[in-house]
Amino acid sequence: MKLLFSIFVGVLTGWTSFAQTPVIVNYTELKPLLHKQNDTTYLVNFWATWCSPCVEELPYLEAINEKYEGDEAFKMLLVSLDFKRHLDSRLLPFIEENKLNPEVILLSDTDANYWINDIDSSWTGAIPATLIYRNKQRWFKEGSITFQEIDSVLINHFFKTE
Amino acid sequence: MKKILFFFLLFGSLSSVFAQGYQIGDKAKDFSLKNIDGSMVSMADFDEAKGFVVIFTCNHCPYAIAWEDRIIELHQRYAAKGYPVIAINPNDPEVQPADSFEKMIERAKEKNFPFPYLFDEEQSVYPVYGATKTPHVYLLEKEGKDLIVKYIGAIDDNYEDANAVSKTYLADAIEALLAGKAPNPAETKAIGCSIKFKK
Repeated sequence: MKLLFSIFVGVLTGWTSFAQTPVIVNYTELKPLLHKQNDTTYLVNFWATWCSPCVEELPYLEAINEKYEGDEAFKMLLVSLDFKRHLDSRLLPFIEENKLNPEVILLSDTDANYWINDIDSSWTGAIPATLIYRNKQRWFKEGSITFQEIDSVLINHFFKTE
Repeated sequence: MKKILFFFLLFGSLSSVFAQGYQIGDKAKDFSLKNIDGSMVSMADFDEAKGFVVIFTCNHCPYAIAWEDRIIELHQRYAAKGYPVIAINPNDPEVQPADSFEKMIERAKEKNFPFPYLFDEEQSVYPVYGATKTPHVYLLEKEGKDLIVKYIGAIDDNYEDANAVSKTYLADAIEALLAGKAPNPAETKAIGCSIKFKK
């Protein structure tokens, strides 16, 4: 019985991880997630389902996540800039189809002129864009990334401490 | 410590790469680009204009599409006052097939674009301006023979809903120029689709 129960729970949690429903947040709600001070390295990728270079780099991000997930000191967050009205029609089906594992949230906040600069003053607003941070240390890139690039930034600048 | 210093140097050099392109007050270069009707268009062709609303935009980008009707309205409101819109598609159609010249013609017909829609086929104009995304606006004002960059950035503050716009950045900037003032803010940011260049 116990076994059955744990299988049931396992299936349930497995199911929820594939069928995650992204929450919709504004920037006030997102900001704390970009400034946690708990020694964990966070990788935050800004993307959208309609953005082809974003979709092209998702497999690299998935591979990075697979390599380091489960490690308490690493967490990935995919911030979708899809339109709010496309949550059910586009974002959810995309997450399910691609079995996206990292947590996805949808940022819907019209004051982009404020929050783009607040996230990184070098960001012009083009996506994809990637932020990696650990406590006060931050790395930001506007434009596409590769697996090797992110892996070496993580290894050389975030996972190794002096 | 050395590593941190290196990190900042690297980061600093990267941001200076991104900072290339026009700043407010710079002289903008004219161009000669193919319009959807096959003619070549330059800003020098518009004797009557007091300036130009140069917008890097494209067919495929949902943000560009979301702002399309508002770009048409801005042109209708301000062309007669001396500030026509000139739209430029900077994308490489090999990377983004929906942004081919043929598709530009189709889109312009569908939407009845009242302004030139030019193709930066050699991708030689957008890097000079420093555009990184669509839509990306450069508002220019004629000063003698020069075209001076007066405003860079967004059209307004709501990509999702034209009826919920609270800050009409670009219209305000044009109004400021018409009133003989400097736009404030002179630079704004918005999310956009990265410009697709040859790999």
